[in-house]
Amino acid sequence: MARSSQRTANLTLEQLCSAKEVLVSTGSGGVGKTTTAAAIGAVAAARLGAKVLVLTVDPAKRLATALGLEEFGNVETRVPDEAFANVEGGPRGELWVAMLDTKQSWDDLIARHAPDDATRDAILANSIYKNLSGKFVQSHDYVAMERLYEIHTSGRYDLVVVDTPPTRNAIDFLEAPDRMADFFSSRLLRWLIAPYRSRVVSFASKPFYSVADRILGTQFLEDIAEFFMLFQTMYDGFVERARAVTTLLGGPQTSFVVVSTLEVAPSREAEFFLELLSDRGYHVGALVLNKVLPDLLLSTDGADAARVLSTDAEAVAARLAPELQVDGGAVDPAHLAHVLAEIGSNFSNFAVVARREAEQRAELSRTPELCLTVPWFDDDIHSVDGLLRLGEVLWR
Amino acid sequence: MAAGPVPLLERRLLFVTGKGGVGKTSVASAIALLAAQRGLRTLVCEVDAKGNLADFFGVGPLKFQPTEVREHLFAMAMDTEESLKEYLRLQLKVPILAKIGPLASTFDFVANAAPGVKEILTVGKLTYEVRERNYDLVVVDASASGHVVGQLASPVAIGELVNAGLVRSQTDWMIELLTDPATTGVVLATAPEEMPVTETLELIGRLQDETEIDVAAVVVNRVLPELFGRDEEAIFDSLRAEGASAALSAAVGTGADEVLDAADLAVGLRRSRAVHLARLRDGLPAGLPVLYLPYLFTRSHGVRATSLIAASLGEELGY
Repeated sequence: MARSSQRTANLTLEQLCSAKEVLVSTGSGGVGKTTTAAAIGAVAAARLGAKVLVLTVDPAKRLATALGLEEFGNVETRVPDEAFANVEGGPRGELWVAMLDTKQSWDDLIARHAPDDATRDAILANSIYKNLSGKFVQSHDYVAMERLYEIHTSGRYDLVVVDTPPTRNAIDFLEAPDRMADFFSSRLLRWLIAPYRSRVVSFASKPFYSVADRILGTQFLEDIAEFFMLFQTMYDGFVERARAVTTLLGGPQTSFVVVSTLEVAPSREAEFFLELLSDRGYHVGALVLNKVLPDLLLSTDGADAARVLSTDAEAVAARLAPELQVDGGAVDPAHLAHVLAEIGSNFSNFAVVARREAEQRAELSRTPELCLTVPWFDDDIHSVDGLLRLGEVLWR
Repeated sequence: MAAGPVPLLERRLLFVTGKGGVGKTSVASAIALLAAQRGLRTLVCEVDAKGNLADFFGVGPLKFQPTEVREHLFAMAMDTEESLKEYLRLQLKVPILAKIGPLASTFDFVANAAPGVKEILTVGKLTYEVRERNYDLVVVDASASGHVVGQLASPVAIGELVNAGLVRSQTDWMIELLTDPATTGVVLATAPEEMPVTETLELIGRLQDETEIDVAAVVVNRVLPELFGRDEEAIFDSLRAEGASAALSAAVGTGADEVLDAADLAVGLRRSRAVHLARLRDGLPAGLPVLYLPYLFTRSHGVRATSLIAASLGEELGY
């Protein structure tokens, strides 16, 4: 399928990748966010003499396999140069990949921040911690940003392209560091721990504990209290890191890539997110629009021809039939009329959607410096080659 | 299975799920609208508060308290904190909430950290509406496929964590309603594309392994129409021949090329998607109903689109 790209400003993805150290790919579910992040990373590694890491969250299985992620997961791994066989002269830089394992990353984080081994082990064994680190959706956001920060400050890479977790709201991960800091500094925390500190075993005198106990059971409340007491020992470290992560996201070395399709719901979310990012002073480097219908559907000549075909198929078929041959034989005018009517209404149908998409695109592309469009691909991408083909569409 | 699966609209609680981007909300609203049009008193509930469901009925933001959006059709947005308050009021007879203190701020943490608390408050509210027979049918625009298994399994899971307390005693009747195929079913919305099909097949496996909840149907959304049959394809190809395309342009104007290109695009898209449709059909358990909804070539996605999809769904169900 023909692939083309369009840009609305002079900036290119090449410039963006050269100027920034962190690119954050974001958008709602099912719009191709992960693939786009990987494609940007792959083409940047191929074209720039840079060491590039793609930090991904939940890649499709076949893409993960192609990148060697299934085996290595949380460990940063280099994609071998052989995968770039179709790049003339080989890649100029290096492509590294890692898949975020939330649970493992949390455990590492605890190991780093815990004041001593006993606290570390107690936290790792706490049932609330286990659930928080494994299932708490917001904890994915937090740990993704935390991991990004750790990698960035290590100075191991020239460019880190990070995919964001599939969240209910695309902004959740942005607020995750702050929320985590608020959470640990809250009065609620002290308040929940208080009865355990004063060794008051019975909650009967306190209505909240009484109700909570009736609903949730004593064991659960005790687990919560233990969790908080243990976590408090790491409070300063967490708050400090959360601030640093927030600073990195808003800093000049970071840019956001908003990914969407032009379908109604994803567009709306992208619009909201673009606005929010610029309101809060984040740098929005690019908008990538996937599955965009081709411009030929906007042609007025095409629309005119389609109208004639839909309304006058039989007359056109009668005129055209003598000119046509199928397998050396004549063409049945009635069949031909049906084909003509079908292709006429097909054009008109797709034109309706294409016009809506064009409006949507104009609306969305006002904010970002760079608006890139990617046509419908015949299939999903599961190879470095495929990523590079997509990357090249975006790069030019 | 001998008697065949329970028909979609004869169940009382339907969870509609699917990968993000496949049109889960539009499928849920269409099922609800169709049910209401057929005279069933229907509640449709949005679980992930994205606020999209309201758009499908052309109404303002939805609240926890259901609003009547059509005759027989009520819509609400799940709010687990409200659900907890309602639960405390109705079940535990906790008299004055003010006495509980900083419930809201505590709630957010407890609900997020404890597995299943948020889920059980969601599932609990929905099953409660079914148990009380407040509606003939409750349609849930449920969480996306990644989270829905946890949601549906929450009444079972919660027992492992909260092994005492009143919550525990409530889960039995929920499980009973959820695991009865005559009452509850999961509707898997999907699209004829690679990832949605893969995820649908995986989800069916997980639902069967990790829950005892019946899958009611798979709804394939956005199926592109077939432009013409095999013998007509040869005629279409003949239009590309040199003399023919000139004659076509002479007959309908210079836009003929664009019309032919658009037809190529449509045929190509349909063909690449046919592969995934076939893979879906091959991978599904025998006897599971598969319903097909057409790709809509409409400008907007509001009430108009919802009623078109509801009409297609009605045809698929043989109404």
